[in-house]
Amino acid sequence: MSDHSNPHAEDHHDDHGAGHGTMRDYVIGFLLSVILTAIPFWLVMTDAIADKATTAIVIMAFAIVQIVVHMIYFLHMNTKSNNGWTVMALIFTIIIVVIALSGSLWVMHHLNTNMMPMPHDMGQLP
Amino acid sequence: MAIEAVDHSHWSPLLGRLWWDAIPPDPIVWATFAGVMLGGIALVAALTYFKVWGYLWKEWFTSVDHKKIGIMYMVLGLVMFIRGFADAIMMRLQQALAFGGSEGYLNAHHFDQVFTAHGVIMIFFAAMPFVTGFMNYVVPLQIGARDVSFPFLNNFSFWMTTSGAVLIMASLFIGEFGQTGWLAYPPLSGIAYSPYVGVDYWIWSLQIAGVGTLLSGVNLICTIVKMRAPGMNMMKMPIFTWTALCTNILIVAAFPVLTAVLTMLSMDRYLGFNFFTNDLGGSAMMYVNLIWIWGHPEVYILILPIFGVFSEITATFCGKRLFGYTSMVYATMVITILSYIVWLHHFFTMGSGASVNSFFGITTMVISIPTGAKLFNWLFTMYRGRIRFELPMMWTVAFMVTFTIGGMTGVLLAVPPADFVLHNSLFLIAHFHNVIIGGVVFGVFAGINFWWPKAFGFKLHEGLGKISFWCWVVGFYLAFMPLYVLGLMGVTRRMRVFDDPSLHIWFIIAAIGAAVIAAGIGAFVLQVAFSIWKRKELACDGDPWGGRTLEWSTTSPPPHYNFAFTPVVHDIDAWEDMKRCDVAAPKSGFLDIHMPRNTGTGIILGGIATVFGFAMIWQIWWLAAITFVGMVGYSIAHTFNYNRDYYIPADEVAETEAAAHGQPLPAGA
Repeated sequence: MSDHSNPHAEDHHDDHGAGHGTMRDYVIGFLLSVILTAIPFWLVMTDAIADKATTAIVIMAFAIVQIVVHMIYFLHMNTKSNNGWTVMALIFTIIIVVIALSGSLWVMHHLNTNMMPMPHDMGQLP
Repeated sequence: MAIEAVDHSHWSPLLGRLWWDAIPPDPIVWATFAGVMLGGIALVAALTYFKVWGYLWKEWFTSVDHKKIGIMYMVLGLVMFIRGFADAIMMRLQQALAFGGSEGYLNAHHFDQVFTAHGVIMIFFAAMPFVTGFMNYVVPLQIGARDVSFPFLNNFSFWMTTSGAVLIMASLFIGEFGQTGWLAYPPLSGIAYSPYVGVDYWIWSLQIAGVGTLLSGVNLICTIVKMRAPGMNMMKMPIFTWTALCTNILIVAAFPVLTAVLTMLSMDRYLGFNFFTNDLGGSAMMYVNLIWIWGHPEVYILILPIFGVFSEITATFCGKRLFGYTSMVYATMVITILSYIVWLHHFFTMGSGASVNSFFGITTMVISIPTGAKLFNWLFTMYRGRIRFELPMMWTVAFMVTFTIGGMTGVLLAVPPADFVLHNSLFLIAHFHNVIIGGVVFGVFAGINFWWPKAFGFKLHEGLGKISFWCWVVGFYLAFMPLYVLGLMGVTRRMRVFDDPSLHIWFIIAAIGAAVIAAGIGAFVLQVAFSIWKRKELACDGDPWGGRTLEWSTTSPPPHYNFAFTPVVHDIDAWEDMKRCDVAAPKSGFLDIHMPRNTGTGIILGGIATVFGFAMIWQIWWLAAITFVGMVGYSIAHTFNYNRDYYIPADEVAETEAAAHGQPLPAGA
């Protein structure tokens, strides 16, 4: 940001903003999205993978790839747009989401193990 | 005073749950209602008699000027602060009276609403408007901009916040407020245990105000990133602007979590979902976990901009550049990230294992390190400075002492085994009031005394300000030190009656402290009123304190367009640098200035949102549907309004600037 400065406060038009995508970009993005959506559906409908947990993990992986495709082809994010602020915002978002999700899973796992009602009477334990 | 069980199950298609039983069966509320109505009628009559409605509408309510919106936020904060303080006085009185078999004067239903409303109002509708008001007013001036990035959005944000405040005030007289504590933990806040409208008022006032807070966060981030004056790179930004940037990043990242949690609670209550119930796989503990993922960043949202206020004041009144500017910036950024990994310390006792508790205990202690670094930066700024003990500086010194004590009790609470003894006790209450009053409230008064001359062109009266200051500081210690003692004796929070007579004396001292604080608030109101009356004697120029940042380079109050020419920045303390180099502002060559036009859309949408919230609370479905469609429709219609900007002609700018030079200006202007 250091070398970039607006000569006029009211002049926003010459920023190096995010580029507007080309038709080609949108088509590629659309096709990738369709493929990345179709494969998980196919996995679930046909039970292609026997293990349910493995299926869930694979679907999650496809979801993450889908997010990246959207960011590149629809949100036109790259490392240079808006002087790198877009990437900074993305990194910050990832940090916060990872903290919130992993922290919640960790905390709730503990609480679930320690605090949820037991199926049997604790008083009868040895 | 047992509360008779009232059957609130009445529902009609026309009025929903709204019926005569919505009038609270409580003489205290009736008397308050009568007082508020009389005062309100008198105010409306006076405004009509003096014909100021048109002025208020044109110059204030529809204004998109960040300065006016900032001042309106401060007024909203002050009104709600006094309402929240009335709740505090009621609690102190109740707890001082309810001894030796006495039930006090508040029944359980009323007392529970009072402590809930006190917390919600003070955090969401007093402290938040105060910090948002400061950021709105000061940030564009400090970065040499003419307004925020999205001026209409700013006006809309303010009215959404006000809309939430109106709903919470309505709950006092129509229906009830929640009796759940300020964060409304389920299952108590679920439909099974809070079947009437109290929790719904809480949900909708926070949802509507939350829209305003989030949008104002987006707006200010964009303003700071995009609209800085030429030459002001990130490491030349004034420290208040830095803290404002980090605060708004926290807002944008944290408030969606609150919105999601409130939505899930609404679905539990309205649609029979089971996110947080005890049945069908729901878990109330998930609610506690999620709401504190928002809640801990929230406390830093309140204190970070106030740290910025104190930094500006310390540098100005010590006549020195802030010690350790770079470390201050990094400390602020570290706090921004760390504030996201400490949330579990709000529920150490809920049953997580030793590994989770020790992790969050350690992170909580770690976050006190950057905060401590800031404190040393202020102390080293004062060291060998030419300190002028004017009002803002007095508040700052009081803050440093008080906040340090509060911080130390916070580190005590961060030790999980100690927290098992102290959690939910009055020790906790004393701790967070120690940091919120000692930090945020003292900072708000420091900031008001500091920036008032900039906003209005005259200083606040010093004598009355000192009375207010000493009442506040003494009153604070009298009111809250006894709570530390009581907490260590094992008294829990939110208790209405007490049996043990040995506790009584401490509650009496605390009540006296609250009365002294009331005197401090009274002195502040007098200070403002007296200063307005004596504004000619107290008049000042654009730079009354010997300021260092760009807001002091303008006249007091600044012209509508802030800067005739966008300033060029070469140093951290840009205005101080200009004064030292004797830079003179050009007296000719003015250009037309492009400005946004006022619009009534913000207040109209806010009004519709209030009715929508009310309809949702009372389950008047037809009205909710109409107002929702109305809000969306009006917003879309507003996008077709192309008449949203105008130019101030160069001649008019030249006239304004010439008039400004007529008043005594400091060297260099």
